[in-house]
Amino acid sequence: MASDKASVLRLNNITKRFGTLVANDAISFSLNRGEVIALLGENGAGKTTLMNILFGQYTADEGTVEVFGKTLPPGNSRAALEAGVGMVHQHFTLADNLTVQENITLGTGSLTSFSLRRSNARARIEALSEQFHLKVAPDARVGSLSVGERQRVEILKALYRDVKILILDEPTAVLTPQEAEDLFATLRQAIANGLSVIFISHKLHEVMAIAQRVVVLRHGKLVGGVDTDTSTKEKLAAMMMGAEAEPPEVSTAHAGEALMTLETVSTPDIGSAPGLKSVSMSLRAGQIIGLAGVSGNGQAALADIVGGMRAPTNGKIVLNGSPVPSWTPRDAVNAGIARIPEDRHKTGTIADFDLTENAILERYASDPFSTKGWLDWTRARRFANEIIDKYDVRCPGADTPIRLLSGGNMQKLILGRVLEADPQIILANQPVRGLDIGAVHYVHGQLLEARDRGAAVLLISEDLDEIMALSDYIHVIADGRLSPAFERGQMTPAELGLWMSGKGEVRHAS
Amino acid sequence: MRLEPITNPSSARRIFPPALAIGTTVVIASLLAMIAGANPFSVLGLILNGAFGSKFALLETLNRATPLIFTGLAAAVAFRAKFWNIGAEAQLYAGALMTVLLGTGLLPWPSFPLLVTLAIAAVLAGAVLLLVPALLKTRFGVDEVVTTLLMNFIFLLFISMLLEGPLKDPMGMGWPKSARVISEARLPRILDGLRLHWGFILALVSAVAIWVIQTRSTLGYEMRAVGLNREAAAFAGIPVNRVLVKTALLSGGLAALAGFSEVAGLKASLTLDLSPGFGYTGIIVAMLALLNPLGVIVAALFVAGVFVGADSMSRAAEVPTYLADIMLAMALLLMVLAILLTRFRVVRD
Repeated sequence: MASDKASVLRLNNITKRFGTLVANDAISFSLNRGEVIALLGENGAGKTTLMNILFGQYTADEGTVEVFGKTLPPGNSRAALEAGVGMVHQHFTLADNLTVQENITLGTGSLTSFSLRRSNARARIEALSEQFHLKVAPDARVGSLSVGERQRVEILKALYRDVKILILDEPTAVLTPQEAEDLFATLRQAIANGLSVIFISHKLHEVMAIAQRVVVLRHGKLVGGVDTDTSTKEKLAAMMMGAEAEPPEVSTAHAGEALMTLETVSTPDIGSAPGLKSVSMSLRAGQIIGLAGVSGNGQAALADIVGGMRAPTNGKIVLNGSPVPSWTPRDAVNAGIARIPEDRHKTGTIADFDLTENAILERYASDPFSTKGWLDWTRARRFANEIIDKYDVRCPGADTPIRLLSGGNMQKLILGRVLEADPQIILANQPVRGLDIGAVHYVHGQLLEARDRGAAVLLISEDLDEIMALSDYIHVIADGRLSPAFERGQMTPAELGLWMSGKGEVRHAS
Repeated sequence: MRLEPITNPSSARRIFPPALAIGTTVVIASLLAMIAGANPFSVLGLILNGAFGSKFALLETLNRATPLIFTGLAAAVAFRAKFWNIGAEAQLYAGALMTVLLGTGLLPWPSFPLLVTLAIAAVLAGAVLLLVPALLKTRFGVDEVVTTLLMNFIFLLFISMLLEGPLKDPMGMGWPKSARVISEARLPRILDGLRLHWGFILALVSAVAIWVIQTRSTLGYEMRAVGLNREAAAFAGIPVNRVLVKTALLSGGLAALAGFSEVAGLKASLTLDLSPGFGYTGIIVAMLALLNPLGVIVAALFVAGVFVGADSMSRAAEVPTYLADIMLAMALLLMVLAILLTRFRVVRD
């Protein structure tokens, strides 16, 4: 626990509105020296907005930020940095084409006496990386580093600037469980050296492991601050989610025949994203297959293959026993594949189309929505209204542009659009990312229901908890290679983590 | 200062900025007329009178609006799918060239079948001309703004070569102009004695047809989807490249109809000054119409009115006709600003 109780940071009544949405509603709390506070909340609860205000990237509509007793000028990141606040963003802000050392020293010090500065900087970086157990190679190009290594560079970057307060925005989202453990060791070292840390997360076990105090946000409001010593995961979950937290029950699966089989499918790498490397898998009726993995390890390529966005360069796709002759998005739709895309704003819907136009997006060209090239808007509107009723899409009407809907309601429309076609195969790529907990349970419930009806479901997610809760079998993908299928309960998160880092080994049950 | 999107603009906000844009255009034009030495208060009256004040003036305006409706539709259709066809000028000349090639006696047919054939041939010529940039774009990702724009210069030089060579009218006293089309290839006047031909009716019908296609057909739906979000359209299974090619064919064909209608309806022969930039002005028409095909009719009448009215005003008030160009440029800029203001509100930080 923190020995020195001096408060280093204080947020006073921070309020931020985006249009009619109140992202932060009069939030106040303070951070003490040598303390880790976890900022806990569901996706969209307002955690990142709050930290962006603290770091001067947004301007608060009301309220002030005090660091070491002095009020920070609003909307000024430089002032925040100078006051000793450093932030490691969820999406890293590193220059890929520069070395680790160049990235760390970028923007610090004067440009004169360059060579002296370089050797001093090198010594300093080595000292810091020793002190905080942050292993990096100063001369490596950032573009060639793994995600975990990049994060270490980001943290070193902050430490190099002598920050006293370190903000970490969802730092473990891109890490394997082992890498997360390393990060925690670093953070413990940091607070022992007198740093204060704000740790943003929505994962309860991490919060319990690292934080002394937890501040919980829900729908932009501060619902409480508790010590982790006197609280439990269950209590925190209740605070975070409110009363609506009632996850759907998972019954046992009754698997049927293979509806879709990938046979040694390969695709080329695209940029830094790996393609698939001889991937084989089967999607069986009445079964949910979970695909776990750290972001950017080939999930996108696999989703593209199953969803018809890409055809394999090697290997084949077998549907109902026979290889597909051609493979386009429309072929996939016609084959009865329900596709829930990763990005519902960019790929799932057309923002300026209304709900009716979005509802028929995949099937406008066929019966009953058009005949001989002419659309039947009456039928289309009826279909949209059916989805709105059946899937509880909250909206002013079917003629509302879909951009005005919340993420959850947008996702419900997409769900309705694909599930109403009575699909054989469901591709759910990050189906609950960014949704509130009520919508999460709704989406999961629909996927389970579809499974029980006999559909084959492929669930792709970076959230291991979600994968483990829903999947009957789990594959792990790492660098475009697929692990064997593990049955529900066969693997612990740590074992899956090994596979996620590409170090898994086939274990033969004896 | 920054812009904040308005989720649901009120009807006042939809109407007021565009109206203000037109009003401001008139005020600035009047001030310029004053600088040029005319009475600023009479300028608007003279323009209106010159454009719509008499039967002759009105018919002149409608005649001038006809090619602008076609080229405006060509731009509106293409821009809706975010296919930037800047080459309507070349496609117009392709249509005119086809009309002259087949209409000067090569097909000795009666009027109706001949005119239909000429129109179809013109449409095909314009469509094929735009097919090249469209395929370059879908196959190799070549920017169509560059290719269609450059195509204008290439094609006009090609026409110039033809008019100085094989197409030169032997009876033309050395002028670079083609022979006149035969009388069966002339679009008849709508009413005897009135100088307004059936090209205008064809333009109106085209506008309505395009509107129906955009709102009721799967092709129109595809074109709008591709224009709004190519990625989502592709994901949903819309064949994006095929839609872009179809859009190009339609757009090129419409622009070519302007050339057909000008030759068969008014000029009878092909010269290098057949179009005083109708292809480019069509872009202004389409933008003023917010890409709505029915709005294109109104916008084309407005633009034609400004040109015809300014001509007559400049004779009466002794102000240069360039005022018309300035007015149009101003109307376009202010309208773009007005459209922005209907969708965003300015917030002071």
